[in-house]
Amino acid sequence: MTDRGSGPRLNRRALLKLGLLAGGGLVLGIDAADATEGPDAAVATGFAPGAWLRLHTDGRIVLMLARSEMGQGVTSTLPMLVAEELEVGLDQLDLEPAPVASDYVNRLLGEQATGCSTSVREAWAPLREAGAVARTLLVRAAAARWGVAAEDCRARRGAVHHPDGETRLDYAALAEAAARLPLPERVTLKPPAQWQLIGTPQHRLDTPDKVVGAARYGLDVRLPGMLYASVARCPLRGARVSAWRADAARALPGVVAVLAVRHGIAVVARDTWSLLRGRAALEVDCDPVADPAADQARMEARLRSRLDARGAALAESRGDALGELARAEQVLEADYSLPFLAHVCMEPMNCTAEVSAERCVIHVPTQAQQRALATARRITGLAPERIEVRTTLLGGGFGRRVEQDFVADAVELAQRLGQPVQVVWTRADDFAHDHYRPLTCHRLRATLGEDGLPRAWYHRIVGPSVLARLAPEAVSDGLDPALVEGATALPYALPARRIEYRRADLPVSVGLWRGGARAHNVYVVESFLDELAATAGRDPLALRLALLEDRPRARAVLERVAALAGWSQPLAPGHGRGIALATGYGSLVAQVVEVAPRAEGGGLRVARVWCVVDCGLAVDPDGVRAQMEGGIAFGLSAALGERISFAAGRVEQRRLADYRLLRFDEMPEVEVELVEAAATPGGVGDLGPLPLAPALAAAIAAAGGERQRALPLRLA
Amino acid sequence: MDAMISLTLNGEPMRLDLDPDMPLLWALRDHLGLTGTRYGCGEGECGACTVHLDGQPVHSCTLPLRAAAGRSVTTIEGLSPDGRHPLQLAWIVEEVPQCGYCQSGQLMSAAALLAAHPQPTPEQIDAAMSGVLCRCGSYARIRRAIQRAANPEVHND
Ligand code: FES
Ligand code: FES
Repeated sequence: MTDRGSGPRLNRRALLKLGLLAGGGLVLGIDAADATEGPDAAVATGFAPGAWLRLHTDGRIVLMLARSEMGQGVTSTLPMLVAEELEVGLDQLDLEPAPVASDYVNRLLGEQATGCSTSVREAWAPLREAGAVARTLLVRAAAARWGVAAEDCRARRGAVHHPDGETRLDYAALAEAAARLPLPERVTLKPPAQWQLIGTPQHRLDTPDKVVGAARYGLDVRLPGMLYASVARCPLRGARVSAWRADAARALPGVVAVLAVRHGIAVVARDTWSLLRGRAALEVDCDPVADPAADQARMEARLRSRLDARGAALAESRGDALGELARAEQVLEADYSLPFLAHVCMEPMNCTAEVSAERCVIHVPTQAQQRALATARRITGLAPERIEVRTTLLGGGFGRRVEQDFVADAVELAQRLGQPVQVVWTRADDFAHDHYRPLTCHRLRATLGEDGLPRAWYHRIVGPSVLARLAPEAVSDGLDPALVEGATALPYALPARRIEYRRADLPVSVGLWRGGARAHNVYVVESFLDELAATAGRDPLALRLALLEDRPRARAVLERVAALAGWSQPLAPGHGRGIALATGYGSLVAQVVEVAPRAEGGGLRVARVWCVVDCGLAVDPDGVRAQMEGGIAFGLSAALGERISFAAGRVEQRRLADYRLLRFDEMPEVEVELVEAAATPGGVGDLGPLPLAPALAAAIAAAGGERQRALPLRLA
Repeated sequence: MDAMISLTLNGEPMRLDLDPDMPLLWALRDHLGLTGTRYGCGEGECGACTVHLDGQPVHSCTLPLRAAAGRSVTTIEGLSPDGRHPLQLAWIVEEVPQCGYCQSGQLMSAAALLAAHPQPTPEQIDAAMSGVLCRCGSYARIRRAIQRAANPEVHND
């Protein structure tokens, strides 16, 4: 296990920075942004920006956590990667949320942010290498002190052990000497057979605090002199607040101020209760919009009208799909549609800010630290080094916490009031001013060959652009790559295919939502495959397998989930089964859903779900299972009940009772199995929900229900 | 200003000089430093704010302080003296929490259930737990953890 100097040359050597901590100790950085960093050994002082790992002379070992914990488990999986190579126990690592620095950029996302199932994949190589480099240096420092060969020493649980088997030196005593050594040219990563943490279920480090109420989310930030604030925004899309009456609000005890801010009218109070009463007493008028465009029927009609309009951006093309479709005697065609959805994080949006002439500190549950800093910079005009973003735990993210509206509220108010301010969004604010999962329409067309397999395949996606607002540089020639994920690069052998996107923006802000458009497109593609199988009179599993001859991993998850679910066994009368496959993030998942007649009252219920996931190497297998179980609940919630709609320019859903989320008694029995068919990890956070909706739609049709082509699905 | 409210909080008698109309949730979170009880909706629809009032689960977001006067309130911080309530231990073994935000409400609801029905039937578990939303979908694990806590002899690892 020791460094033999024969391993692969460190491909990130130029990106590693070694330094001496002020006060002694070792600091190791990984520069994600700039490979032409200066000298390796530089004395880092104080704050040590860019540090990933610090070994203090008092024995503390600190890992900077550069990703946000929103339930997906990065507070355990990322430490596992470092601890494995550093030869320390998870209990020996302290975590600190990373500030904003170029070194913490998520290279898969191109910014310091958490999402799109990237965290473990992105950290897999650099965090293990950082641990290995630190361990190598510590072993060398010990060997030098003892006058023995480094190869003969062993590192274990935070200490280097002498070849005599008795003497040992703790890392704390070696950190300073190690920091003065040159960076190793090569390090050897542990072979999988020697892993003690990676691949073994671990108890999550954040769980103990979460079961005693000690976990700290954004809403739990308490600062001396902190005021509470909330902004009433105009509920009418495309309109602004035109008049407001605040006398009643101001007269309430505990209300400190009511003032106009950039995005609406802010109520400021001494506690949240006074704040909520103030919000209720505040009257806000909006400019009447004579003809509100945010109307459900109009928006849906607008998208539908683009299904056959001329002109669309080409996302993928192979063979002559259009020609084959034009020549075919029989073309199968189906249109699908998906509604707007809200994120509904259980922790409402919030941010706490402190702003002075010299400094701005933001305490925020965010998925996008770099954007939060940019927001504060734009509002305060302060230089970036004077702005600090402190990431709290997130009570859910799902893409909503990439947004900056709540950060902007807090920074603006803290600056105006000269006091720390916690901005709290109410649940109604959260529904009314979300950046929703987009409404989309889809047209699918296909021909079947004599073998009953699809030959020509056409898919047009119509919907508003998500990235035009969030990452405009990514949209070119009318193509928003985020809208076609899961429709292109399908695993299936489709000899002639054409995938198009027709942009149709709507007067409603749309954003990232768990799984992104992959969640739309997997539903559509898998549902259409199920329809093709029915038309061709083929078993939907057999049809998929026939299209996946060159895809052993995809075949394996499908075959395994079918075996688990007893796919070949006959079903009881009135029951139905559906199957679906999803790929993405370097992973694959297949699910079978079984529906059964309800005991009373007619209609169907979701009886069971089987899930087989291949995420390559599962760093924490129990964490992967948890993501699948939770993902199935999340997918089922969206497939069965969730829908945001607009009438006369306003969101119709005002409270949780208006937006049907899955509840405990609706959770089906779930069986999850992992297959590990690759040596590196794939992402899982967005994966679990993907096959649920199409598998459920297929199960309903198989049970004799009608073929439904719009979400949410009806079980009755 | 207002009359003092006397109540017992996590076993300690106390007198609060707060607006008797203030929901218990905000007294706990903003005035007493007990932030373990969560705000999810403020309208009695998510269960994140569940506490015990004389042992019964209630939504603290809709319970005015005056309704707690003279009674005993238990929050997640007071569920056990050392964080070792059988449910808390089962929650750790089963790795229930994801983001964790709903879990105080889940645990308080489950604790009230087990206090009333030490060996709950699946239907009793459904009835007790369906009022607490979990957006992360930890429901399957919640069920397993409740069954584990209710049957320690079956799960002795
Ligand atoms: S916060 Fe009380 S039920 Fe939602
Ligand atoms: S664990 Fe996230 S809401 Fe329940």
